[in-house]
Amino acid sequence: MRLSPTDWRNLTLSALALAFVACLPWLVGNYGLSIGVTIVMYTVLATSWALFSGPTHYISLATAAFFGVGTYVTGIGIEYLPYWTLLPLAGVIGAVLAALVGLATLRLSGVYFVIFTLGLAEFIRQVITWGQNVSGAKGIYVLTSITEAHIYWQLLGLAALVYLLGWAIGRSRLGFALRIIGDDEQVARHSGIHTARAKILLFLVPGSVAAITGAILAPRYVYIEPSLAFTPMLSFQVVIMALLGGTGRLWGPLVGVIPFTFLWEGISITVPNQTTLLLGVSFLVIVYLLPKGFVGLFGAIRRRMGSEGLV
Amino acid sequence: MKRRTFAQIAALALATGFAAVPASAQDTLKVGAVAPKTGPLAGGAAVSYWPNVKLWVETVNARGGLNVDGKQMMLEVIEYDDQTNPGETIKAVQRLVEQDQADIILPPYSTGLNLASAPIYHRYGIPMITSTATTDKADELSAQFPNVFISLGGAQPIALGAVEVLTELRDRGDIGNKVAIVNVADAFGIELANVAKPAFADAGFELVYESSYPLGSQDLSPVMKAVKSADPDAFVAFSYPPDTFALTEQAQIEDLQVGAFYTAVATAFPSYAGRFGESIEGVLGIGGVNADDEAFQTYAARHEEVTGAKPDYWASAMVYSTFEVLEQSIEAVGLDNAAIIEHIKANAFDTVIGTLDFDENNNNPSFWTVGQWQDGVFKGVASTGREGAVDVVVKGPWK
Repeated sequence: MRLSPTDWRNLTLSALALAFVACLPWLVGNYGLSIGVTIVMYTVLATSWALFSGPTHYISLATAAFFGVGTYVTGIGIEYLPYWTLLPLAGVIGAVLAALVGLATLRLSGVYFVIFTLGLAEFIRQVITWGQNVSGAKGIYVLTSITEAHIYWQLLGLAALVYLLGWAIGRSRLGFALRIIGDDEQVARHSGIHTARAKILLFLVPGSVAAITGAILAPRYVYIEPSLAFTPMLSFQVVIMALLGGTGRLWGPLVGVIPFTFLWEGISITVPNQTTLLLGVSFLVIVYLLPKGFVGLFGAIRRRMGSEGLV
Repeated sequence: MKRRTFAQIAALALATGFAAVPASAQDTLKVGAVAPKTGPLAGGAAVSYWPNVKLWVETVNARGGLNVDGKQMMLEVIEYDDQTNPGETIKAVQRLVEQDQADIILPPYSTGLNLASAPIYHRYGIPMITSTATTDKADELSAQFPNVFISLGGAQPIALGAVEVLTELRDRGDIGNKVAIVNVADAFGIELANVAKPAFADAGFELVYESSYPLGSQDLSPVMKAVKSADPDAFVAFSYPPDTFALTEQAQIEDLQVGAFYTAVATAFPSYAGRFGESIEGVLGIGGVNADDEAFQTYAARHEEVTGAKPDYWASAMVYSTFEVLEQSIEAVGLDNAAIIEHIKANAFDTVIGTLDFDENNNNPSFWTVGQWQDGVFKGVASTGREGAVDVVVKGPWK
């Protein structure tokens, strides 16, 4: 793979930006850091979600399923294994689960996939509950000395990996194939692209990344039980944030996550009694006013300025 | 235009969110409270938690505020909704400490959310006197987080309390030896059932039926039909709020005739009595209070007067008692968190549930385990050392 000067410039700028945000724990207080953790967590989840759902147009609501599995990998594993082995392990388990789901559903299209992924989180939650019923164990305690700053840095590292991976996929044959599938699956198939295999391969990314994210965040929750680990809200929030940013560009979800986190924070502070209502309203506003997200908005502004001779 | 309007609204929301809370007069203390107002646990918090926050602040302010180092300070509440999401609980606690600079922070609601935020309370050194968390690991928790106190007890004594009450009824000759046990297949239900089943067997009971049903089951009539056909003398359900109601209703439809009928969480709720009226005479459940105690009666009357709703007969009074512990400790030693924690460890407190005295593991060893509806009041019949238990009575036919 040969890199152009623009690529080198972008890589350098990204590395500098990463170095800067890595200093956050020293720049802001604990509250600022907890917002930072929220932003990086949703950036990782929404970006990996958009890597798959952006080109293929398959709306996946399985984020909570993979995330929950990841938290349980840490929750159960921390008693028996060193911590550093748990994150790759969560990634592998997430990928295997994603492959199984992909094999079962990605040959189907559209709404079947959405429904299946929504049901998946509930299904795994019930399996774990059944396991608890049989074993008699209740919630799991994750008592570690891992601090919020450690969690933040791990998430940042994961975010860097996700961006690198997305960038590499975008330049690869797989990325090209996926764009064709997204435009017209029939055409892709007739061009000789193995569409099912391409989709399953790509679906491993959000599955694995969400599981690792869950594994990283488990120590923050201290106490893990199915209803908290598999909350369906998570899947919906990731979709909303990714759509707000726009899935057309790699950086799209990021520009959705940041304003949405602050908007959500503002809503929680000012009207704590109507958070869910306002979340629904903001979702409607986003869908109606920004159907292509901020990415689409920026594109439109640039085009308009271009036509007026400003750029 | 529309886009701009949206941007303006968003900007406004952000601006208001981040604007500092108006500078308050010096003689006001900010009290932070974080608990569910939405999500799965919002219903329970609306019964047991939020009304007590309101009642406590109004009560303290009505008597002229809190005496801090000789100065009367009025209380002002900042409430946040954590959406039953531990990540939000953690964030809201940090926001209370760092942005709002709250002087007092109350513990959150439920076992999961209390434990999830324990490290944050611990890092800030805030005394965390939990009142809605049940755990059998109080010793481990207090070793890791010495600022955390547990007052509501654990699953083990609660389940054993049920066994003890049924054993007493049997030994008196009021009921026979056959017991049917069902449980909701979720955390607390599973834990209770796993303690109770072997304990019933050890006590010489015959388990004629045992089963579990998934959380959120809509139709429990098959469960109750199976229970009825097993012809038990006593029925025990380690249930959650929706199924506590559903099982009671099905038992009345099937006309299950047992001398002891036990349902778990929410049996002590006023809405349970509101729903079934006098027909629940003799029903047993988790919790209970010393209903004849004057302190409790005054509390219950004030609760109804200030919040417009009756307290429940399990966690409500416990929640309020822990606020009283905090109140008394602050008046004794001021706002120094470390001193407050030491004070709580070293002293016993006179509260609406009676004396509250934490042991060396920061655990309240004496709490109500089983209550029974008698004459429209859910009275405590078994506890781990509380005063005022009444005799358990055998349940008659459904009215």
